[in-house]
Amino acid sequence: MCNIIGGIYDIMLPMKGYNCVVCIKQVPDTKKVTGQAMKEDGTINRAALPAIFNPEDKNALEAALWVKETYGGTVTVITMGLPAATAILREALMCGADRAVLLTDRKAAGSDTLATSYILSQAVKKFNPDMVFCGRQAIDGDTAQVGPQIGEKLDCAVVTYLEKLEMDGDYAVATRDIGTGIEKCRAKLPALFTVTEKFGELRPFSMHRVMKYKNAEVEAMNCDDIGAEADRCGFAGSPTSVNKIVSVVLAGGDYKEVAPTAEGITSLVDELVKDHTIG
Amino acid sequence: MDRTKGEVWVFAEQEEGKLSEVPFELLGKGRELADRLGVKLAAVVMGEGVEGLAAPLFEAGADIVHLIDDKALKVFRNKAYRHALVELVKECSPQIFIFGATHMGRDLAPAVASALKCGLTADCTDLQIGDYTDNRTKETFTNILQQIRPAFGGNIIATIVNARSWPQMATVREGVMKPLEKVAGRTGEIVRHEAKLEGVEIPVEVLEIVRKVSSVNLKGSRIIVAGGAGVGSKENFKLLHELAAALGGAVGASRAAVDLGYCEHERQIGQTGVTVRPALFISCGISGAVQHLAGMQDSQKIIAINTDKDAPIFKVAHYGIVGDLNTVVPMMIKAIKG
Repeated sequence: MCNIIGGIYDIMLPMKGYNCVVCIKQVPDTKKVTGQAMKEDGTINRAALPAIFNPEDKNALEAALWVKETYGGTVTVITMGLPAATAILREALMCGADRAVLLTDRKAAGSDTLATSYILSQAVKKFNPDMVFCGRQAIDGDTAQVGPQIGEKLDCAVVTYLEKLEMDGDYAVATRDIGTGIEKCRAKLPALFTVTEKFGELRPFSMHRVMKYKNAEVEAMNCDDIGAEADRCGFAGSPTSVNKIVSVVLAGGDYKEVAPTAEGITSLVDELVKDHTIG
Repeated sequence: MDRTKGEVWVFAEQEEGKLSEVPFELLGKGRELADRLGVKLAAVVMGEGVEGLAAPLFEAGADIVHLIDDKALKVFRNKAYRHALVELVKECSPQIFIFGATHMGRDLAPAVASALKCGLTADCTDLQIGDYTDNRTKETFTNILQQIRPAFGGNIIATIVNARSWPQMATVREGVMKPLEKVAGRTGEIVRHEAKLEGVEIPVEVLEIVRKVSSVNLKGSRIIVAGGAGVGSKENFKLLHELAAALGGAVGASRAAVDLGYCEHERQIGQTGVTVRPALFISCGISGAVQHLAGMQDSQKIIAINTDKDAPIFKVAHYGIVGDLNTVVPMMIKAIKG
């Protein structure tokens, strides 16, 4: 924690900086869902989609790297997922993260947002951070729930939709989008932030770090390592269940064809005037 | 208490003492759910000096207004609101609790669900009451909230249930549910509660709020003219503004057009923008990604203009014009003005 240690220690440690943790996720690129990615039963074949670093988690990482660069400190990235998620941890290391942790455990399979936030909060607690950063939401679920739920479990200040940040000792002065406007607030550390793309793009890889980390091993942890209770993880810890899934099949196509000519357009407009849609 | 007798709650968010349209949309759906279950519909209002907000909520369908009036709740802050709401839920045991999927709702609802260790489904586009059988245990639950939402970038529609945790919580997309007709003079019961914030440290102080002044009112427009990547340039977008002006409508856009810088983000229609259902939607140069269709396919009449006859937008269209919008739109303007 960045408590004011006071006295001589302040002089000895002028740039103690902030201990930052970033929660990141590897997601299927849902923008690339095509016919081939759909199975015959209408479910999605995740394996057919490229796995990517969730876009807004990159903004979250940028926020942490910016804090480190400006005020000093460390950046630890954590992801929960299959070993394949090591790929995004390496990317984070190449961009400047100091430490990367892969949380992987069969017990975590089937976790909904409540169980996921529990597992991640247990992991985050191990690092005793000043600041935690999450992307606003992940593109596979679009729920935006995990960030605020980790914040509740850490019982720290929660600042969502972060766009800009300044540090003032044990406080963060944050600018955030509240939908109906822009709010400036002062949050006492420790604090959790969910970050939007407005914060700014993730910096590029640094060349020497690419060489250093392209095949790097990352630290692996399981539910026992972080003291997560089994009945709060995975299916057991997830109150929500999927009752039904329907793929979006556009059945229509039964439209009235209008010729792209003056006559065609005029008769269309006349029809809309007659049925009071326009005019 | 038997949880299945619990009330249906909607969170009536307010800012600066004003309710947005969202609580009224939630009450419209909430009324249907409560009637189906045979229980009362309540709105939860929190803030400072907000008792006056009860009357319009009664007129919009609420039977009860649970009111927490406290100066610590004047401006929304996650910890204060969360704490007060969690206490309120524990005290009153509602069976369903829905929030708008607004910035405030998406900040608050997950925190409340986390504290109560209950399930929460985000961004629902429909809610129904129905039964659920757990495939593993074969246990059947009756009259469960069916929470329907698009997932996976809008490529699938999932029905989620949380049959074993109470209350059943969901956030609901803005602009999707229909408010009821207001019944002037309809009243109900106001129940006052304490915020119970003594000794609770609130770690956030709001310094300043600058409200956005929006000149765009897509949700309130009867007619929308929307453009996509096919419009080709910011310059060409002026044509759509002209058509919208001739029809007395508003201009919207797909995400692609916004990303290309053709127009402002506040005009974006679709899963990451606004949901609209105007009387007439004229789609120009939009191919029709599912994410976009999710935000406009319930429009009463859709005219699609696209050079590609296989574009998915034609699947939701009522009228299709396969042609170049740069010639079709001027013809349309001329026909309307003539």
